[in-house]
Amino acid sequence: MPQRANQTVLDVVTWIQRHAEPALAYRFACRVGVCGSCAMTVNGRPRWTCRTHVSRVARERRLRIEPLRNLPRLKDLAVDMTPFFEKWQRAQGRFTPTRTRAEPMAAVRPDSAPRRAADAGIECINCGVCHAACDVVGWDPDYLGPAALNRAWTLVNDVRDGDRHGVLKAASAGGGCHSCHTHGSCVEHCPVGINPTAGIAGLKRQSLLDLVGGGLP
Amino acid sequence: MTPVWLFLAQRLTALILAPLVIAHLAMILIVADGGLTAAEILARTRGSVGWGLFYGTFVLAAAIHGPIGLRNVIQEHTPWRGRSLDAAMLLLGGLLATLGGRAVVAVVGEP
Repeated sequence: MPQRANQTVLDVVTWIQRHAEPALAYRFACRVGVCGSCAMTVNGRPRWTCRTHVSRVARERRLRIEPLRNLPRLKDLAVDMTPFFEKWQRAQGRFTPTRTRAEPMAAVRPDSAPRRAADAGIECINCGVCHAACDVVGWDPDYLGPAALNRAWTLVNDVRDGDRHGVLKAASAGGGCHSCHTHGSCVEHCPVGINPTAGIAGLKRQSLLDLVGGGLP
Repeated sequence: MTPVWLFLAQRLTALILAPLVIAHLAMILIVADGGLTAAEILARTRGSVGWGLFYGTFVLAAAIHGPIGLRNVIQEHTPWRGRSLDAAMLLLGGLLATLGGRAVVAVVGEP
């Protein structure tokens, strides 16, 4: 296939589908690193393909492109993300509102400690790269994984959330934060620079504090 | 017992075990190097409250720490889950405590 300057791995996959293998199944949407749908395994590592330049990852002009690990394969390069998002729900990774739209917006100081902790993990694009990179997810099908636990940590630190205790309970139940081995593969591979391991350590700490009575207000 | 309690119990027993294991290993080396006989060792340990506490704590901490860790390993690498696994691990903890307790009594107790 033709080589071009600044060619991405997603460009390569698209070229193959358009010119060589029309039946090739893969997933993408935005092409600019926002939507999180184009993650694949590139030369053995999970990556967001739309922002991965071929020149940076090709070894001796060769690329091996595979579907993400730790998720069931649907066809070719497309995986079923259902288990991934089911784990978000199991970790109660959803906002519980305390106000109606008729009420004024909550005032949250951006420099307060909980808000800063939440901000550190809030930019997750749900790409599943950390889920694919995590060894514990590969071993234990019950483990919630770095993305769901990172989401839970942002909610535990969101003072507007109406059920922070519920989130903490869900995130520290069986298969939750205490199953993390702190390998740090999620940190190493997260394309947007989030540190889920730190969030999971925060969940462990917070669940222990809750146990001895010094936990969430 | 919730995963949080198990996590806490395993960390606390690890904190207890670390210095005890080092002391135990150091003692083995010193005793072996010094050429103490079994009778000489027993003369020091029999009736000693200190050694009783040392090895009693050791056995109890190991009996709690080991099964929790093994349960994690089993859950990560096999499909075994649920009450039967918990029961098996309780049994293992009981077995470790019993066998270890017998050894402590044998070393510390008066004949």
